[in-house]
Amino acid sequence: MKLPESILRPVKLIRGGMHLDHQKNTAECESVIMPSPATVYIPLSQHIGAPANPIVKKGDAVFVGTLVGEAGGFVSAPVHSSVSGTVVDVKDLTIGNGTLQKYIIIESDGKMTPDPDLKPFKVENYSDLAEAAKQCGLVGLGGAGFPTHVKLSPSKDTKIDTLVINAAECEPYITSDYRECMENFNDVIEGVYLIKEKLSLERVVICVESNKPKAIEKLMEIASDHRDADDSVKLMKLPSKYPQGAEKVIIYSATGRKLPSGKLPSDVGCIVMNVTSVATLYRFIKTGMPLVAKRITVDGTAVTEPKNLIVPIGTPIKEVLSFMNIDLENADRILMGGPMMGNPVVSDESVVEKRNNAILVMRDQKPQTQTACIRCGRCADTCPMSLYPAMVETALRTNNKESLNSLNVNYCMECGCCSYVCPAKRPLTQVMRTAKAEIRRQK
Amino acid sequence: MSKLLKVTSSPHIRHEDSTRGIMSDVIIALLPAAVYGCILFGWNAIFVLITTVATAVAAEALWNLALHKKQTIGDLSAVLTGLLLGMNLSSQTPLWIAAIGSVVAIIVVKQMFGGLGYNFANPAMTARIVLLVSFAGQMSNYVSPIDAVTSATPLAKDTAYTLKQLFFGMHGGAIGETSSFLLIIGGLYLMLRKVIKPIIPVAFIGTVAVCSLIANPQEIALSVFGGGLMLGAIFMATDYVTTPTTDLGKLIFGIGCGLITFVIRQFGSLPEGVSYAILLMNILTPHINRLTLSKPFGYKEVAQE
Repeated sequence: MKLPESILRPVKLIRGGMHLDHQKNTAECESVIMPSPATVYIPLSQHIGAPANPIVKKGDAVFVGTLVGEAGGFVSAPVHSSVSGTVVDVKDLTIGNGTLQKYIIIESDGKMTPDPDLKPFKVENYSDLAEAAKQCGLVGLGGAGFPTHVKLSPSKDTKIDTLVINAAECEPYITSDYRECMENFNDVIEGVYLIKEKLSLERVVICVESNKPKAIEKLMEIASDHRDADDSVKLMKLPSKYPQGAEKVIIYSATGRKLPSGKLPSDVGCIVMNVTSVATLYRFIKTGMPLVAKRITVDGTAVTEPKNLIVPIGTPIKEVLSFMNIDLENADRILMGGPMMGNPVVSDESVVEKRNNAILVMRDQKPQTQTACIRCGRCADTCPMSLYPAMVETALRTNNKESLNSLNVNYCMECGCCSYVCPAKRPLTQVMRTAKAEIRRQK
Repeated sequence: MSKLLKVTSSPHIRHEDSTRGIMSDVIIALLPAAVYGCILFGWNAIFVLITTVATAVAAEALWNLALHKKQTIGDLSAVLTGLLLGMNLSSQTPLWIAAIGSVVAIIVVKQMFGGLGYNFANPAMTARIVLLVSFAGQMSNYVSPIDAVTSATPLAKDTAYTLKQLFFGMHGGAIGETSSFLLIIGGLYLMLRKVIKPIIPVAFIGTVAVCSLIANPQEIALSVFGGGLMLGAIFMATDYVTTPTTDLGKLIFGIGCGLITFVIRQFGSLPEGVSYAILLMNILTPHINRLTLSKPFGYKEVAQE
């Protein structure tokens, strides 16, 4: 397919990064809506920031979209019921990552009745937009889980000119954002123009990796929309190089601006939003239905028939696996997210959260021999942040505080490139995390 | 109770390259020149190579056994060290001297500093220097492959060679250093496999070429293809452990090696200077690394505020 010239090339490309085997097996798998599970466990903390406060109690009747937890602060997000039924309990459980977290347990009546009080949300100005994002319970759906309304309410003196739409989806296996572009294209287009208009942004750059030609073709329509008289909505084709979709990397590609460590995208005049977040926000404004279900790519080395599923939030993973007839016999790990940055869960009782975009069931791996570091320098060559993981490891092992503090460990975004390329199979990304913790401890 | 799952730190997939794989690649790259050396110099060369490789592996295995350490010979680095050392020796080297060389390389230079990854100097090359200093007579006993009479390396300048003879290795010298052609093929293979970057070999060989072009232009072919430069620049000066990690550091390292090699050859009393040049630069490597570290992405912007 020959691409029109109107497609932008990246302004700048970050050094480092690497090519991964894409494994986008589910790219053409149309989403299947999963039936209501018998019980959902809705976590009150599905985002960065303070957990939500429960506002329901045992015995309360709820519908799909009923508010069950209020935002616990400014950097927080409300949670809603994803099924219709009865609240069974509100209690602490360790089914997530092993730490104790509060859940609202709702028994479904199987009818999935929407809350009758839901109505479309009127957006007059930019503060309404942030309010809509908040009431929708929207968080960064790319995986970070940062509350969207915080992103959309920048302080008065920061000048935002660019909206970067992240449809890069650079992790292997995951196709949920791609499916969003293909299936809910209208929501994406409307969402983009709504945000652009309400925040009076100069331009929008929609970033897609080159391995999704169909999405590029489809998204071209946004750029040629009749509302775009001044040609300020552009599509950008990024190289399929991991971690192209990381926030700092995509801002650099889209605008050439470098986001310093510890700063927010708004400090360099950008808002970065995941493509599914944009579409979800538009759907909420149109229908009043908050974020209660999520498209999840179910794939991995132990899955023979991968699928894209639309799953009610709070559904236990084991329900998803039994719906897909996946047997855990050959598997030894379940990851929430991609193989590079995804989190493993301790058991299949863990539930699907807002920020999840994939469940990967992975087979037992052949153990690889670890050797001493041979100083090949591949970790440094591949690091998108130009760090030196092998030197961090040495500094940490020899407890050399001076050296550790000079290696700028806090720039690390834990993309996993260093561990991935290491021929000596050193756990370098883990080392970087340990080093960050060590530096925090010293302060 | 549902099935117990493994919880590991991300990333959950790894590239297939391994330490062993990299060592194998370097061994494969060395083989054409090694085999050619054996054809050129006959059984003596084969015996020397077998001795150095076998002794190196045995020395590492015994060291690990004696100190109750995890066995590491599987990473093939000892095989590589033995092979490199053997290729740097004359086919006339007495086998007991070759064996001592391997023991020095593995035990003294590598294991005593902590084993693979911790040695500050290239084991094979340092062992060669130790042998050169300790057994000066036996070590400089080279044989010419053409007439099978004892002759010095071409760099000693008592016979004239054509460029073709020099390039394809039909002259006296260490077992593996004579054929520049096959060594370059090996180097290209390593670059193709992304095992090494071309920076050090190009800077090293380039510096030697430029210097001799200025000093004695008529001998440029001799100084580039005649001695141990190819073997040293492509295979010893690119050793990961003992050379800089940063690209700028690699450039400085390569140029430094080239300059020192030239100075030793031109002004010193020794015919060959590659080994000493690399050893001296090995010592500077930690400092070169430290001085050439780049700043992280987005760093300058913070400093300006």
